[in-house]
Amino acid sequence: MTADLHVVGRSVPRSDGVGHVTGRTLFTTDRSFPGMLHLKVVRSPVHHALVRGIDLSEAERVPGFVRALTHVDVPHNVYTILGLIGVEPEEEFVLAEDRVRYKGEPIVAIVAETEAAALEAVACVRLDLEELPAVFDVEEALRPGAPIVTHWGNNTFMYEGHPCRRVRFGDVEAAFARADHIVEGVYNTKPIEHAPTETTACIAVPEANGRYAVYTNTQALYFSLDNTAIILQVPGSRLHFIGGTVGGAFGGKVDVIVEPLATLAAMKTGRPVKYAFARWEEMQVSSTRSAWRIYVKDGVMRDGRIVARKVTSYADSGAYSRQTPYALTKHAANAAGPYAIPNVSIDAYCVYTNHVPSSAMRGFGITMASFAIEVQMDRIAEAVGLDPWSVRFLNAYRNGDMKPHRKRAEDATLIETMQAAAAFVGHELTPEQAAMTSDPRREGGE
Amino acid sequence: MAKLRGTGIAAVNYPTGMNLGGDPSQALIHATTSGSFVVTLSATDLGQGLRTVIAQIAAETLGVGVDDVFIDTADTDTGPHDMGTFASRATHRVGNAVIAAAKEAREALLEVAAEELEASRDDLETDGLGNIRVRGAPGRSVKVTDIASLAQFTYGRTISGRGAWMKPRSAVDPETGAMDPDSTEAHACTVAEVEVDTETGVVTVISIKSAYEVGRQVNPALVHGQIVGGAWMGMSHALYETTTPYYPDPGHRPKDFSEYLMPGAHETPEIDCVVLEYPSSNGPYGVKGIGEMTANSPIPAIVNAIYHATGVRIDELPVTPELVLRGLEAKERHASGGVTPSTAGD
Amino acid sequence: MVSSIVSFQVGDREVEVLVAPMTTLQTVLRYQLGYTAVKEGCRQGGCGSCAVLVDGEPVLSCLLPVEDVAGRRVTTLEALAEPDALHPIQQAFIDHLAFQCGYCTPGMVMVSKALLDRDPDPSRAEILDALAGNVCRCTGYAPIAEAVADAARVLASRGAQSR
Repeated sequence: MTADLHVVGRSVPRSDGVGHVTGRTLFTTDRSFPGMLHLKVVRSPVHHALVRGIDLSEAERVPGFVRALTHVDVPHNVYTILGLIGVEPEEEFVLAEDRVRYKGEPIVAIVAETEAAALEAVACVRLDLEELPAVFDVEEALRPGAPIVTHWGNNTFMYEGHPCRRVRFGDVEAAFARADHIVEGVYNTKPIEHAPTETTACIAVPEANGRYAVYTNTQALYFSLDNTAIILQVPGSRLHFIGGTVGGAFGGKVDVIVEPLATLAAMKTGRPVKYAFARWEEMQVSSTRSAWRIYVKDGVMRDGRIVARKVTSYADSGAYSRQTPYALTKHAANAAGPYAIPNVSIDAYCVYTNHVPSSAMRGFGITMASFAIEVQMDRIAEAVGLDPWSVRFLNAYRNGDMKPHRKRAEDATLIETMQAAAAFVGHELTPEQAAMTSDPRREGGE
Repeated sequence: MAKLRGTGIAAVNYPTGMNLGGDPSQALIHATTSGSFVVTLSATDLGQGLRTVIAQIAAETLGVGVDDVFIDTADTDTGPHDMGTFASRATHRVGNAVIAAAKEAREALLEVAAEELEASRDDLETDGLGNIRVRGAPGRSVKVTDIASLAQFTYGRTISGRGAWMKPRSAVDPETGAMDPDSTEAHACTVAEVEVDTETGVVTVISIKSAYEVGRQVNPALVHGQIVGGAWMGMSHALYETTTPYYPDPGHRPKDFSEYLMPGAHETPEIDCVVLEYPSSNGPYGVKGIGEMTANSPIPAIVNAIYHATGVRIDELPVTPELVLRGLEAKERHASGGVTPSTAGD
Repeated sequence: MVSSIVSFQVGDREVEVLVAPMTTLQTVLRYQLGYTAVKEGCRQGGCGSCAVLVDGEPVLSCLLPVEDVAGRRVTTLEALAEPDALHPIQQAFIDHLAFQCGYCTPGMVMVSKALLDRDPDPSRAEILDALAGNVCRCTGYAPIAEAVADAARVLASRGAQSR
C-alpha cells in the first residue's frame, strides 16, 4: 500500500517552518489593537475561605483604571467546561461568589488602560476573607469530617450514582483466593505543570457588526466559543473565535479560563481587551496534571500469569473538576494495562481538594496508570523469578482478547513492539517470545 | 559511594481519540482559480505539525502535490466545527474528515476535466504531480491548474468538497464500566539506561531507546520529533517536575522556570527509536496517532532502571535525589535487619 | 519619575522611543516598535524566548532596561534572514525539525547566532552551554543542538568558499 502513496509517508518539511524560524508566525499576544485594554485578576491569597467583602474604592482611584468585574457581572457565573457534553453539575465559578476554594481562585477582574495600571489596581483591591479549614490529600478528603470542597456535600465526583468510575470484569476476589502470589504496590505522583513556553492568552475585540472576535491560543476553538457563549448568555453566533497557532499546550489550553472574562470585559467597555497569564499564573493558577495515588493488587500464578488485578485510583482534581472526571473514565478503561487479565476490578475516584484544579494533560488518565502498571510488572517479575521482558510477553494482550471494559482488542501490537524494542537494544528473546504474534488466540487456548 | 548503572523497560498501549461525548470533526476544501486547494478547518496546530500532515493527507486524496494545498485554520467564521486538538485525535479525526472532503472535491475536479478532455470520468486519473490524464492514452492530459480556472470561467462550476467524521457517542455502563472510549491503540516499548550517583542521589539518564507502533506514519520526521520530545518530557516527569514539591502540603510552589525544574539542553540523553507501521482500520491511511503517548513509557522505564541499578524500588514521582538517598538508606538498614526498602507495602 | 527619550539601533534602523524608567527592551521592541519575533515566555529571565543581540552579545531583553541600549545596536530575529533567503541557522532549524510549536525558536536562533559569531566551530558541549538558558518544552533539545552544529558546518564551508 505504501508504494501507492505519493505524499503520505514522506517527511515533507513543516509548512509553518519558515514562519517559525523567521519569527513571522503570529502568536496570540503578538497582536495588538488600537485602544486595547488589559485585564488582570485579583486572586484568592488563601486555600479556602469565605468571601466577606470586596473593597474596590482604592483600586478605582488608580490612574488608568477602567472598570472592575465581579461575579454579579457574569451572566451565567457557575459552569462546568464539560457541560457541553452533558457532564454535570455546574460547579466552577468564573469569579468567586461567597467562597474561594483554592489559592489563586479569581475573585475580581480589573480592566485598565495599561498592564501596569491593571496590576496596580489589582494590588489595591482589599478582600475581607474568613479562612476555612482546607483539605489537601485525596484520601483525607474522603474521610468523615473532612472539609467539604464542593457545594453538594461530599468530595467526589459522582458517576451515575457511584463515587467512582467502576470497571468490573470477572471475579477478582475468587482469583486472588487461588493465586499463588499476591503482589501489591502503591504509586504516588505529584502534580505537574504543562509549562507551555507561550502562556494562556486571548484578546477579545468588538467588531463593527456587534459581534466579538476573540483571538486565542486555545487548543479547542469551539469548546472555548461554546463555553463562552454559555457563560455570557449570548448566542454563539455573536462570537467569532480565531486561533490555530499555539505555543505549546500539552492539554493545558483545553480549559476555558481567559476567553469568557476578556469577552465580557470587551462587551462592558466596548474596547479590545487582552487577558494573558503571567508566567507565575501559568505555573501556579492554571490547571495541572493531577496528583495520583494508585493502589494495585495483583493475583499471580507461579508461572507469572496475572489472573486478577484490582486497581483503586485517586486523582486529585483540586477545587473544581474541569476535565478530570473524563480522565478518570479513560483511566478506568485502561488501568489494567496492555495485558490479558481475566479478572479485573477498577475503582477510579475523582477527588476534590483545595489544591489548584487539575485538568487534561498529555496522556490524559493514562500516563500515571502506565507508570503504576509498568513498575508493578517488574514487581511481579521479581516475585515469580522472571525477567522483566518475559513477564510482559507472557501476559501481553492480543487481538480478539476482551479488555476489562468489554471492548475487544483489534489493533494490538504490543508483542511486535516489544520484539522490535528487544532487537533495537540487542536483548535476546527466547525462541518462543521471538515467534509470538498478536494474532488472535486459537480455540482452546495456548 | 558509587555510580551504578541499570536498565529498565516498560511496554504500553495508548488509546487514541475520545468519544464519550461524541467526537466529530469537519473539513471543507475548495480549489482556487489558480489551481491550489484550500482546506478550511477550525482545528488547532499545537506544534505537532497538524497543518503539514493534513496537507499531506489532502494532497494524497486529491491527487495533487502537497505544495498546492494550503491549510486555513483556525477561524470559527470560516472553518467548520471541530472538537479540538487533544486526545491524540486531530490527525485521526481531522484526517478522516479531510479525506471525505477531498474525495468530493476530486470528483468535482474530474467531472470538469472529463468535459474538457471529452472523456469518461471513469477513465481519468491523477498523477500526483498536478496532471489529470486519460488512462491508457498518453498525451491526453490536462493540468489541474487549468481545470481549476476553466471550472470557474468556462463551466461555471465549483470544485469543492465537504467532509465530516464522527465516532458516535459511547455511553459508559455505570455498573460494569463497559464502554468504547477510543478508536484505536498505538503501542510503545522503551528501554532506559540510567546512572545513579549513590552519594548525591542524582539520576542521570544515559539513553532512552524505544520501539513505537503508531499505525501509518503520515510524516516520519514529525513522528520522530514527537518521540524524541516526548522521551525528554517523560524523563522530565520521572525525575524533575512538580508544581507541589511536598504534596499534599501545598507550600513551596514554583512560580517560574528557575524554580520549576526541568532538564535542560545539557541533561538530554541519547534518544533513539524504531517505528513499526500496522495501519489501523479506521484512521486516515491507517493512522493511529502519536501526540500524547510518547511521554508515557519512558517514565516507568527510568524508574525500573533505577531499581535495576540500585535495588531501590521507587513508587513516587518525581524521583528526586532525596527520594533516592532515602531509598538507599532504607535498603542499608534493611540489609542490616531494619525495615523494608520499598516506599510501598510489598 | 519622568519618561525619557532613548535612541538606539534595531538592525539598520535608527529608533527613538519615549519610555518610562525601567521599561524593558522587550516591552519596547514588542509593543512600541512591533518586533514581535521577540517573544515573552516569562518576562523574568527564565526562558530565553526574548533573547536578542546587543552589539553582538546575547541578552535577555526582558531583563534589560531600554536605557541600557542607548546608542547601541540591537539585533532581533527579524534582521537575520534576507527577504528571499534564510540564514543557515534558520535553514538548519527547518532541516532538523528543531522546533515544534515555534515559540522558543526566535530565542534559540538568536543565542545560536551569538555562539557561532563568537566561535565558528563549537563543540557539542559549547553548543549545549549556549542553549542552556533557553527553555524548549517540545523538542527535547537534541534536534536544536544538531541544527546548530549543522549550521556551523554550513557557515564554515561558506567561509571557505568566500576566502
